[in-house]
Amino acid sequence: MGAAAITAVGVGKRFQLHHKRATSLKERLLLARTSSSEDFWALRDVKLEVGHGETVGLIGPNGSGKSTLLKVLAGILAPNTGTVEVRGRIASLLELGAGFSGELTGRENVYLNASILGLSRRDIDRQFDSIVDFAELEPFIDNQVKHYSSGMYVRLGFAVAAHVDPDVLLVDEVLAVGDEAFAAKCLAKVAEFQAQGRTILFVTHGLDQVSQVCDRAVVLNQGRMLFDGEPADAVSKLRAFLGTSEDPAAGLGSDGLLEIVDARVVNPATGAEQLDFDVGDKLAIDISVRGRDEAPAADVRLVVTGPADYPMFLMEAPGVVPAGGEAHTVRFFLPAFPYLQGLFSLSVALIRAGAKEVLDARRFSERIRVYGPATHGFQLVDFEAELLGESEERS
Amino acid sequence: MASAADARALAQTRVRWELLANLVRKDLKVKYKNSALGFAWSLVNPLLYLAVFSIVFGGFLRGGIPKFGVYLMSGLLVWNFFATGTMGATGAVTGSANLVKKVRFPRIVLPLASVGFAAVHFVLQLGVLFAVLLVIYRSAFGPQLWLLLPALAVAVAFTVGMSLLASSLNVRFRDVEHLLEVALLAWFWLTPIVYPLALVRDKLRGLFWIFMANPMTTVVASMQRAVYRYEWRPVKTGPPVHVLAAGGYAFYLRWLGVAGAVSLVLIAVGLVTFRRLEADFAEEL
Repeated sequence: MGAAAITAVGVGKRFQLHHKRATSLKERLLLARTSSSEDFWALRDVKLEVGHGETVGLIGPNGSGKSTLLKVLAGILAPNTGTVEVRGRIASLLELGAGFSGELTGRENVYLNASILGLSRRDIDRQFDSIVDFAELEPFIDNQVKHYSSGMYVRLGFAVAAHVDPDVLLVDEVLAVGDEAFAAKCLAKVAEFQAQGRTILFVTHGLDQVSQVCDRAVVLNQGRMLFDGEPADAVSKLRAFLGTSEDPAAGLGSDGLLEIVDARVVNPATGAEQLDFDVGDKLAIDISVRGRDEAPAADVRLVVTGPADYPMFLMEAPGVVPAGGEAHTVRFFLPAFPYLQGLFSLSVALIRAGAKEVLDARRFSERIRVYGPATHGFQLVDFEAELLGESEERS
Repeated sequence: MASAADARALAQTRVRWELLANLVRKDLKVKYKNSALGFAWSLVNPLLYLAVFSIVFGGFLRGGIPKFGVYLMSGLLVWNFFATGTMGATGAVTGSANLVKKVRFPRIVLPLASVGFAAVHFVLQLGVLFAVLLVIYRSAFGPQLWLLLPALAVAVAFTVGMSLLASSLNVRFRDVEHLLEVALLAWFWLTPIVYPLALVRDKLRGLFWIFMANPMTTVVASMQRAVYRYEWRPVKTGPPVHVLAAGGYAFYLRWLGVAGAVSLVLIAVGLVTFRRLEADFAEEL
């Protein structure tokens, strides 16, 4: 077993963005000359090698090509450039219960779905009890699937897929299904697969999961591989990229073309730095940047985030930083802080003007505090609560 | 000596046939799930046709083709197999968009399952027809029935070829479905199912071969020759009018050979088309 389980070389996947897509012969003929289509590379020059028994996490911002890569590796999409080679039996969990037929019973769907995933009838007979047991659906297995709850549906879907006995398992964010107990069960199943020496590649947004589960992680952005290595490094690389890292050195602008120096929240009346504000207060955020002589003009993107880095609102100032090597300060002025309360952090990114390239990104945690009686990060709304008379409610 | 790889390939082939069977079974189950009589409905259909046409053409419009109900059914059932199989297959890939986009499996089983679904109905309806013939038309049971085998083989091959082509093209151009619906209607009337082939032969003469270029004409005519035994019908004055194109077998076998060759070419074209378009199915849906 010397060769890798997954070998992808120079893989590129191009989608055509048709401004008007020809889906009929008539349109095809009419649009033949005028058709304006734009190429969009969802994957570009991806080189990936995954050894037997390795567990690799695939992370990246939304739209970075993670799912497309999985589909290409799974053989669902054909790459436009490069080659993909997967050794052994592949099972892809891109969507749980895909292909279930609502009219059929759970039992019939298990047989059908497992058959689609490549199991023989004899295999399914042998595994059937184990599948039903895993899905915890014994009492309902002979009910039509259309009467299942969404939780039951995905549980059955995962149970079938988990019993396909794959050499290579491709998973797309499906481990967060069902309730917490079932999610834990799914993770336990993945751990079991790992222990059995199977190869696993999975896409996730749960960055903590990556460090826990994976041997290695790959960061994708705009279809290109940004990083391939230790999960912890990959996670900090991605956090830096998303502007959710506090370490200035982790920034992408390590070449120092243009750097974020500091972000200060000030009271515009006094000009002094301030932490505590009330809803509706005037507030300013000063972003100071420093560039080398050849620094390009840049946009500043500022995201105010709540708990768990959840974005509350975004402010963008296109082209506000001029090209050149001076130090600048950009002030974002809020005439009235929105109706929110809690402790907020700032994510700041410098983006090359007119392009999408992030020059530097940094996070400044817990810079704005807005007092209130309720929990962190909530929006305030006007409401009243009253006790209704019983007869009134019934009528 | 069979190697492990051979064994594995063999196992995979078996799994694919099982998948095909499972998909056909699913379609049947879904179709008849909530009907009390279930499958019986699809069997009632040919019986009803047989009864109605026997009454109308045997009773009211006497003087046409003798035993018209039997004549009609012998060609209509195989036509229905072809038409429903092809139409079903045309929507088979587009109708399973979710599956095609999310799961890797041999896509070719989708149109084939539609043909299988139509074939199951066809075989059962043929069974019903013969059961009825046992009562009303004993003379159908004779040595000429062997002609059914090559006719059915050609029918299946031609339907499979059409299905592969139509199902893959329909993913790219959704018009195929509508186009085919209209085309099949015209095609039905261009195939000698409700009128005698002999009539066309006498009218077209030298250009008859153009009419015979339609493989379904050959299939239907062979089915009629196998089941129906009136080569011609007597007319009070003048020579008898022919119903069947030929009394012997040579005519049918020759044209079945042509239709079989056309079907094989169609399957080859269908396979190549399907394989070429298959890679983009997940993208186009």
